[in-house]
Amino acid sequence: MSASAGGPGAASAAPVFLQLDEHAHAEGGSTMLGFWLYLMSDCLVFAALFATFGVLSGSYAGGPSPKELFELPLVAVNTSMLLLSSITYGFAMLATYKGRVGATQGWLVVTALFGLAFVGIELYEFAHMIHEGATPQRSAFLSAFFTLVSTHGLHVSVGLVWMVTLMVQVGRQGLIAANVRRLMCLSMFWHFLDVVWIGVFTFVYLMEMLR
Amino acid sequence: MSDHAAAGAGHGATHGSLRTYLIGFGLSVVLTAIPFWLVMTGVLDSKLATGIVIAVLAVTQIFVHMVYFLHMNTKVEQGWSILALVFTLILVVIALIGSLWIIYHLNANMMPAGDMSQMP
Repeated sequence: MSASAGGPGAASAAPVFLQLDEHAHAEGGSTMLGFWLYLMSDCLVFAALFATFGVLSGSYAGGPSPKELFELPLVAVNTSMLLLSSITYGFAMLATYKGRVGATQGWLVVTALFGLAFVGIELYEFAHMIHEGATPQRSAFLSAFFTLVSTHGLHVSVGLVWMVTLMVQVGRQGLIAANVRRLMCLSMFWHFLDVVWIGVFTFVYLMEMLR
Repeated sequence: MSDHAAAGAGHGATHGSLRTYLIGFGLSVVLTAIPFWLVMTGVLDSKLATGIVIAVLAVTQIFVHMVYFLHMNTKVEQGWSILALVFTLILVVIALIGSLWIIYHLNANMMPAGDMSQMP
């Protein structure tokens, strides 16, 4: 009883030290660094998948080789879709910093359409390959290829869901501080996926065509 | 690590401007177009040379994206972002080079027709 009565008194003294010890954080002040650390951990996921692909990329098991499967013009179109979506997301962020809700929403729609085109072209490519018998279970090369490229595609798809969610939130609440923070996180996520794609088109598509 | 504590109050990320985004985009287009052009037309006779050139261009483009799109520099979050990035890059390089190196030698040694006396 005396302990519970003394508790509140002790608690009112303690936070003074705690707050002095941990210097004051603005709300969301550590979000950017935390999200960056998440992206770095995601980077390690892709590093493992790239390493797996690098090790298995020559194991065709008598199945189709990259030269028979990959269509570089299609990959070039896909790459430009993602690159264009990166710059349009940049324009959305510039509009956000100026507090223009309409321009932000507009550029987000354009970005989402480019992202949708990217996912669509990738699914078309996969369907085409599977139709020709180049399924993930055909060879170690194809297993590694589908795992790496579809993990990236899944990230882009999740980014699109996130983008639509943010468009609804910005539409309802406007460009409040929390929404700007969310848009900045998605910005990092989206540009990060473009960085991963540089590795994919160079080391998966172009390098394999050189074999 | 950084004496730019003035920006410490709000979020630590730096903003891009229209100019930096357009510079980044322009550089990215060039750095994407060259490797596709090299591989699709086979201008360079040597495949090894083509491979090295497109690998260098890819690394360059990753740096361009980091600087112009992700606004990475040594001041973001008082240097913690770049520290995490450098640490991650070290892990990525160990994972990639290590895997390729070890499995290459494993493959060479497990090859049925391979001459084991040639192995180091």
